[in-house]
Amino acid sequence: MNTQLLIQLLVNGLVVGTLYGVVAMSFVLIYKATQVVNFAQGELLLVGAWVCWALLTKYQVPFWLGMPITLVFMFIFGIAIQIVILRPMIGEPIISVIMVTIALSTVFSALMKWMFGVNLQPFPRIFATQHVNILGLQVQTVYLMSLAVSVAMMIGMAWFFRFSKYGLAMRATAFNQQVAQSLGISVKSVFAMAWAISATVSAVAGVVVAVVNGVSAGLSAYGIKVFPAAILGGLDSVGGAVLGGIIIGLLENFAHFLDSEYLHWGNLYEIVPFYALIIILMIKPYGLFGTKDIERV
Amino acid sequence: MAGPTLIPAGDFRTSYAEDTTVFPTRTGRNAMIAGIVLICFAPHVLGEYSLSLLIQIGIFGIAALGLNIVVGFTGQISIGHAAFFGFGAFTSAYLSNRFGIPVFFCIPLAGVVTAAVGLVFGLPAARLKGLYLAIATLAAQYILLDFFARAEWFTGGSVPASAEPFSIFGYSLRGDKKYFYVVLAYVVVCYLLVTNLIRSRDGRALIAVRDHYLSAEIMGINLTKYRTLSFGLAAFFAGVGGALYAHYNQVVSNEGFGIDRSIIFLAMIIIGGLGSIMGTLMGTAFMVLLPESMEWLSVALRDSPIDQFLGLKNNIAFLREMAIGIIIIIFLVFEPDGLAHRWRQIKAYWKLYPFSH
Repeated sequence: MNTQLLIQLLVNGLVVGTLYGVVAMSFVLIYKATQVVNFAQGELLLVGAWVCWALLTKYQVPFWLGMPITLVFMFIFGIAIQIVILRPMIGEPIISVIMVTIALSTVFSALMKWMFGVNLQPFPRIFATQHVNILGLQVQTVYLMSLAVSVAMMIGMAWFFRFSKYGLAMRATAFNQQVAQSLGISVKSVFAMAWAISATVSAVAGVVVAVVNGVSAGLSAYGIKVFPAAILGGLDSVGGAVLGGIIIGLLENFAHFLDSEYLHWGNLYEIVPFYALIIILMIKPYGLFGTKDIERV
Repeated sequence: MAGPTLIPAGDFRTSYAEDTTVFPTRTGRNAMIAGIVLICFAPHVLGEYSLSLLIQIGIFGIAALGLNIVVGFTGQISIGHAAFFGFGAFTSAYLSNRFGIPVFFCIPLAGVVTAAVGLVFGLPAARLKGLYLAIATLAAQYILLDFFARAEWFTGGSVPASAEPFSIFGYSLRGDKKYFYVVLAYVVVCYLLVTNLIRSRDGRALIAVRDHYLSAEIMGINLTKYRTLSFGLAAFFAGVGGALYAHYNQVVSNEGFGIDRSIIFLAMIIIGGLGSIMGTLMGTAFMVLLPESMEWLSVALRDSPIDQFLGLKNNIAFLREMAIGIIIIIFLVFEPDGLAHRWRQIKAYWKLYPFSH
């Protein structure tokens, strides 16, 4: 057994998993606050990454300035999507809402391909050193950065929901919209804010992925991987989404290890999350921490 | 505002059979028959290109009809329809190549095999509904695509599988002009089948499951059975459509059965109208002609400043993709009942003209 490879892949899985966790977290945020399943989550990553890339390479903006501009742009972008597209859909059947987000993802991915092409574009280098030696393992600096950023975002999110006034308002809205409204919370602005925060967080994740792997249309695949992660954790649990993301990331890389060492089926790691998804849905559809949907007649 | 169906005064329905008749008016039935007869002359009048578009409308129309059963009539969401379409295509090619079964029998057989696969993937429907089911079908889409890439004995792997041309009693129907009649026959049969299904007890059960599943269950409708059944039926029509597609192109490659095709199928039924049988055909026609119209648009704008600014010619593929997305959003926001609803309104307007209120 190749222990070195296994450890390498598990570290890889942890890094990718935390990223899945961050994206799943922003996905769950939208679902919890507005009851919209966002099939365009991956495209939010894509848009954020491309905007940052364009600022850094085409306009030669330094990174410390380019990143905040990207985040502000995505914040406004999220609000705009909510107001223009999703606000008219409130109260429509679930199929319509799902279709609108699917259509949004089609539009954004096509638009990004149109504007920036289909080729992989390398991201300008941000770190001086490429590798750091930790306990005998060569770890890429970008991986460490990715892990640090992900954890920081999770902590920031936890703080926001637990201690800030706005976070409390969002939790109240998620709990019961009517009661929240009667207590003076503007549900409309909470909806818009949920999209804005989700888009911003996704953009950070998108830039992190872009720094590691470069920017291409394939980045939106993260949006699909969100479903196994979010379902595993429970669709309406932010903490569950993070845990689900890490588990899916580890599972993927463990499958890759099994595949390359023993099975030799090829591409197993790409499809394993979906088998996991089906199994979770069959056994425990509400995930690890999701609230059960109990109906009384 | 006029009701959904306008019936001449004095035309009373006195029995239940009359009330569930396919065509409420004689004119409607005659118009339909005349339309079918008229379209039979299409191969002699239209050019190659328009004919191929018509054939595509027919093939995709059958598959979209299946999707409309599961989404429009049963109210379940399926995001993996294209994978079943592809499964039908591969199955038909495999059956005719491997076992030498005449293509005439291969197409319905492919439908049956695909229906079996659809039932398997419909099993989550026994426990899940709405959103969770949508995600399960999304997983089905990826798992089936992965299967196509893996199972080389079945699909030929990276080498496209070849499919025999359509033949009947040893008489081979080659070329678009002859194949058009095959597709037309299948379209008529499939649409009649589904129209009659919806009129039957099972069809009403499906609609009851959509409208209020709790009430349906209380009235003695087996929810699990009908939810799974609707997936099987949808897969059947997807399989038939896929098989027709395979024998039309005479080659089946791994391309074109991905999630983007599934989205197009969903767009077809949303634009046509969920739960409308003729609407499905209208929506399919719309979605087949939309990319073509983008082509015409780019040709019309060639070398104009807009073209030079946007680079339309080189980016026509992206323009098509965007058009699909934008059209879906526009329809969902402004015309959620689809073209079928608009068509009824137009008919009502002309019937009542000039007294439109």
